Amino acid sequence: MTEGGIRLYMVDDHRLFLSGVRSELGPEFEIVGTAGDIEAAIEGIVDTKPDVVLLDVHMPGGGGRALIKAVNERLPNVKFLALSVSDAAEDVIAIIRAGARGYITKSISPSDLIDAIRRVYEGDAVFSPRLAGFVLDTFAGDVPEPVDEELDQLTPREREVLRLIARGFAYKEVAKKLHISVKTVESHVSAVLRKLQLSSRHELTRWATERRLV
Amino acid sequence: MDADASAPSLTHSAGLKVASRPGAGFLGLGLFRSQRRRVLGGVAGGLAERLGIDPVLVRIGFALLTLSGAAGIFVYLIMWAVVPDDTGEAEVRAPSLRRAAGIGSMLFGVMILLREAGLWLGDTVALSVGLLAAAAAIVWVRSDADERERLRGLAGRLPADARGGFTAGRASKFRIAIGATIAVGAVALFVLRSDALRSAPTIVFAVLVSMLGVALVMGPWAWRLAHQLTDERRERIRQEERAEMAAHLHDSVLQTLALIQRTDQPKEMVTLARSQERELRAWLNGTSVKSGDTIAGALEQMAAAVELQFKMPVDVVTVGDAPLDDRLRAVIEACREATINAAKHSGAGLVSIYLEVEAAEINAFIRDEGQGFALDDVASDRRGIAESIRGRMERSGGGATITAEPGDGTEVHLRMPRLRS
Repeated sequence: MTEGGIRLYMVDDHRLFLSGVRSELGPEFEIVGTAGDIEAAIEGIVDTKPDVVLLDVHMPGGGGRALIKAVNERLPNVKFLALSVSDAAEDVIAIIRAGARGYITKSISPSDLIDAIRRVYEGDAVFSPRLAGFVLDTFAGDVPEPVDEELDQLTPREREVLRLIARGFAYKEVAKKLHISVKTVESHVSAVLRKLQLSSRHELTRWATERRLV
Repeated sequence: MDADASAPSLTHSAGLKVASRPGAGFLGLGLFRSQRRRVLGGVAGGLAERLGIDPVLVRIGFALLTLSGAAGIFVYLIMWAVVPDDTGEAEVRAPSLRRAAGIGSMLFGVMILLREAGLWLGDTVALSVGLLAAAAAIVWVRSDADERERLRGLAGRLPADARGGFTAGRASKFRIAIGATIAVGAVALFVLRSDALRSAPTIVFAVLVSMLGVALVMGPWAWRLAHQLTDERRERIRQEERAEMAAHLHDSVLQTLALIQRTDQPKEMVTLARSQERELRAWLNGTSVKSGDTIAGALEQMAAAVELQFKMPVDVVTVGDAPLDDRLRAVIEACREATINAAKHSGAGLVSIYLEVEAAEINAFIRDEGQGFALDDVASDRRGIAESIRGRMERSGGGATITAEPGDGTEVHLRMPRLRS
């Protein structure tokens, strides 16, 4: 795919933010549409069949998770990148488990955002330092009764990669530090994403009980 | 009853006062009813003070007089009526079982006397009325001032105290329940024991019907009253919450928005926005506000402070948490130094902090992508700071590694083994 060829759809109920990001991303991608609510977004995405959907987690009418579910039933190849002001761990984990390929916060710099969209389009996972921290926290400690050994644990290498991302290193720097290729870093991160989405680890719900819900 | 008053003397303050004005009091005899030593009316106490003897002796005298034709009671009542109070401070007595038993047995004695004298309405009436009186006493007498105020407020439709509301203490509920039970028992006893049912069923019926009527009339009123009070309370809480939120937004977000409109320095705006976002998020999350009692919370607070002071964004990622102790405080202090160092000298646009709390060790990384520096450059003042960070960590049993290269950023790694508890 040549540059500018990625078809992007944006879902956000904050018009100001939408237009701001649109002007930043306009030169880089082909923005096929925007929507301010879930219903319009589902319709628009099914109509335009974009490559990547950039969506806000907190939306009126069911939220980002509902959107991912509804779209992936019809268009399994559309990839989602979640963008939100919320740093709450349970929101992050929930949207990833719903199927998003990455999670970034709205304070991300324009160049990093462009980079993240490309990465998601190419099938990689996008982990911000914060998300890496949440994942490490989620997989911390031993599971009392692992349902699936492979899914419920991170390998030492995956842990190392996540730690470096949490420390603020880009994939390229992580690769350099660990003396591996960027491709290997990407495959580690994708493996972590898969575990996060499929693991039945009890700790995945720990956030909800421990952090906020009373 | 007052064990400490068994040897009254003129050195006693009350005794002195009475003795100093013999011409005052009852018939100029210097006789007062003692407030300090009162059990009932203070008559015996006053006499004892005047005569300089133990009040118990006086009380025994009254009892003996009572046995001989109830004269003691009449003498006591007359003296109660005519002898003036002394001006002594009434002693605030904790209600004691002993006192209650004393008064109770006195009343019981009086009742037996009246019964013997033929001034009697019958056992059933006396017993029922006695029980009712006891019930009333239990409910009313021991209720504290607050409670009485509340009950009065309820009757007068005054809004009850917001915080107290209707939540009477457990003890007072218990007391009310006991009192009510005794009262119901007394009424039941009266109805069953007296021949009222047999001799005058219509009267009993009429009484029951009118009680039912009163219940029907007053019931909805009482019900509505209780509901109104609950609604009022709920509304008040809602208003307080709204006011609190408005106050918070005024002090924080609105102030910041005003400032952002007035400033033309982009870096300052970013800092303002970031610190505001941090604060607002902490407030919105409410229960998950990280306090300074744990290492993650203290780190967040430190980062917020540095961010504000040096106008430098500081990103914090933490994994795990632990309560603060002296060693972890040393980690926070070293983190602060490293972060300030990065903010002041690195020239980078962001400082990233990563903290991981594990069972055996705590690791913290403070990283920037700034200009870095040469570790061998002895003249550099950053070297001095690096040494101070390392020294701080080593004194507390940990260690620090500083990785820096000119042009390639700086990373400070702090390690602290955890104490096994």
